[in-house]
Amino acid sequence: MAHIRLDNVTKKFGLHAAVDGLTLDIADGEFFVLLGPTGAGKTTTLRLIAGLEKPDDGKIEIADQDVHQWSASERDVALVFQYYSLYPRYTVRQNLAFPLKSNARNCSQAEIDERIARAAKTLRIGHLLERKTDRLSGGEMQRVSIGRAIVREPRAFLMDEPLSNLDAKLRESLRAELKELQMKLKSTFLFVTHDQIEAMSMGDKVGILNEGKIVQVGTPYEIYNKPKNIFVASFVGSPSINLMPAELANGHVTALSGKLKIVAPRSKTNGAVTIGIRSEDITVGPKEQVAAHIHDVENHGVEKIVTLRVDDQFFKATAPSSLELKIDGTVKFSFNPDKLHFFDAASGASRA
Amino acid sequence: MAGVLDTSPAARAVTRGWSDLTIRNVFIIPTILFLIIFNIFPLIYSLGYSFTDFRASVNEPANFVGLQNFRELLTDERIWNNFWVTAKYVIVSVGGQMTVGFGLALLLNRAMPAKGLITTLLLLPMMMSAAVVGLFWRLLYDPSWGPLNYALGLGDLAWLSNADVALYAVAITDIWMWAPFVMLLSLAGLSAVPQHLYEAAAIDRASAWYTFSRITLPLVTPLLLIALIFRTMEAFKTFDIAYIMSTQPTTELISIKLYKFAFQEWQTGKSCALAYIVLIMVLAITNIYVKYLNKVKER
Ligand SMILES: Nc1ncnc2c1ncn2[C@@H]1O[C@H](COP(=O)(O)OP(=O)(O)OP(=O)(O)O)[C@@H](O)[C@H]1O
Ligand SMILES: [Mg+2]
Repeated sequence: MAHIRLDNVTKKFGLHAAVDGLTLDIADGEFFVLLGPTGAGKTTTLRLIAGLEKPDDGKIEIADQDVHQWSASERDVALVFQYYSLYPRYTVRQNLAFPLKSNARNCSQAEIDERIARAAKTLRIGHLLERKTDRLSGGEMQRVSIGRAIVREPRAFLMDEPLSNLDAKLRESLRAELKELQMKLKSTFLFVTHDQIEAMSMGDKVGILNEGKIVQVGTPYEIYNKPKNIFVASFVGSPSINLMPAELANGHVTALSGKLKIVAPRSKTNGAVTIGIRSEDITVGPKEQVAAHIHDVENHGVEKIVTLRVDDQFFKATAPSSLELKIDGTVKFSFNPDKLHFFDAASGASRA
Repeated sequence: MAGVLDTSPAARAVTRGWSDLTIRNVFIIPTILFLIIFNIFPLIYSLGYSFTDFRASVNEPANFVGLQNFRELLTDERIWNNFWVTAKYVIVSVGGQMTVGFGLALLLNRAMPAKGLITTLLLLPMMMSAAVVGLFWRLLYDPSWGPLNYALGLGDLAWLSNADVALYAVAITDIWMWAPFVMLLSLAGLSAVPQHLYEAAAIDRASAWYTFSRITLPLVTPLLLIALIFRTMEAFKTFDIAYIMSTQPTTELISIKLYKFAFQEWQTGKSCALAYIVLIMVLAITNIYVKYLNKVKER
């Protein structure tokens, strides 16, 4: 139960700033997802909050207290390590009992057993409890590692890509379990991932991290629909957003070498821009506006993802699976003008 | 198949010039020959002597006496006393070495300035000749002008000629000399404990003692046991520093007794028998350790 605040935190390794002037505010009881590509500084951020690294600059507060002088154990947060860090030579049960036995928590044996049983059930590792941890598969180790966090009642949960090694089905169900657990415990979760679907589906709030800096913080809706710049826009969404150069003049957007002309929805300053449009905002069908060459068709069951080509500009559109589409054929399409994103051609910042 | 690109092991061996078989013969056969000439043969030969009354000092043929040497030795109370002295010595000296060595390793197992230099300096005693160490400590222990009594304010305590203290004085010297060896192995064990386990334990809010006993100790135990095996074997057959430092009967270790049998009293047959008894004891003790070590490793 704690509110976590990072104020202008910087952590350098040598000359390289892994975390660079990071400011973050995670409300009490919030499920906050930190999303970023590899090397963005996600793990470093978690380690700074957990107290395993000391910041070179800035302030970290947990529950409104400056924790700079506090050791990792005093901070009382649970951390699920990216590489599990299970205790070797011990069984799964002993690993799960470790945080319960090892401190002044004074759990009775009955309580320990009960908590382990509960965590094992949530994570479906009941059958592994007596197994030594070095005889587990990667996904099993990962679940034990989550278990070691959730048997506790810490002030906050920090999880470093805890579902990365699980198969799609298990991942989906554990996503739901973790979300449910968080709602039940009403505790603060800081969940790190590089999987945008995970971020969008789990987070109350999502923070996009790149090169040690927060790029945008917002609800999944805001991140998806009002990306602050091209980086955020192309990082979330699958397939990723289509970007193409365009010209803005006299209330019209012109793109695809003049073949596409749309009324600009709001007043924008004239000039060169980069427009972005998500595949689901492109309609494909015989009655649409512009003709395109069909480069590729992927069948995804409920829908098809078509890669279209106009001259040498490729872009992806979503089409209903009932629509007949042939590779190398021709089809017509149009962009939904209300869903166009405008970015500065030079800086990539949103021009909304 | 016999193309240019034949990369089977046999073909590669041919291009290398020497086959694996040749290499085996060239390296292993001389080793085995040396071992047979200098180890196995004397071992068997002395086993033969242990059943005779052979004396190397007189030019007489050896007579077979059966188990008489063994019977005499094992019923001789003075021999048992030598074993008792040896046992005390082994326990004190190995116990001390393990404690001091592991303690030093714990102190050194952290980031600190001049760590490499300090470690090297601490290893020096181990590299000295035992004879030099013995003579040097005799000076340190000297009752009237030795620096040790002066520093500790012990007056004129005669370390080496006091029957009650002499054995422990020798053991202290042995600890000084060989604790670094234990330290070295312990350091190797300690630095092999992955740092992330300590981080996980800190996150789990484990106390320092809990972390030490649950994480550090189990992971270094195998190496500590190896150090223990080596030091016990060595301590059991200590001869040099004890012989150099003291002539007290209370420091007459079994190997000193053995030396006296063999080269002062020239009872070659009997000394061979005693050597075999010692060998069997050392083997038995190390076997127990090794069994335990394997059990620890399995866990
Ligand atoms: N102990 C360290 N020493 C030196 N550089 C480090 C150290 N830890 C991290 N870095 C560097 O800091 C940057 C951020 O690393 P971090 O582990 O936080 O990334 P991440 O976002 O967790 O990436 P991933 O998704 O791959 O786990 C990287 O460039 C990395 O090389
Ligand atoms: Mg990471």
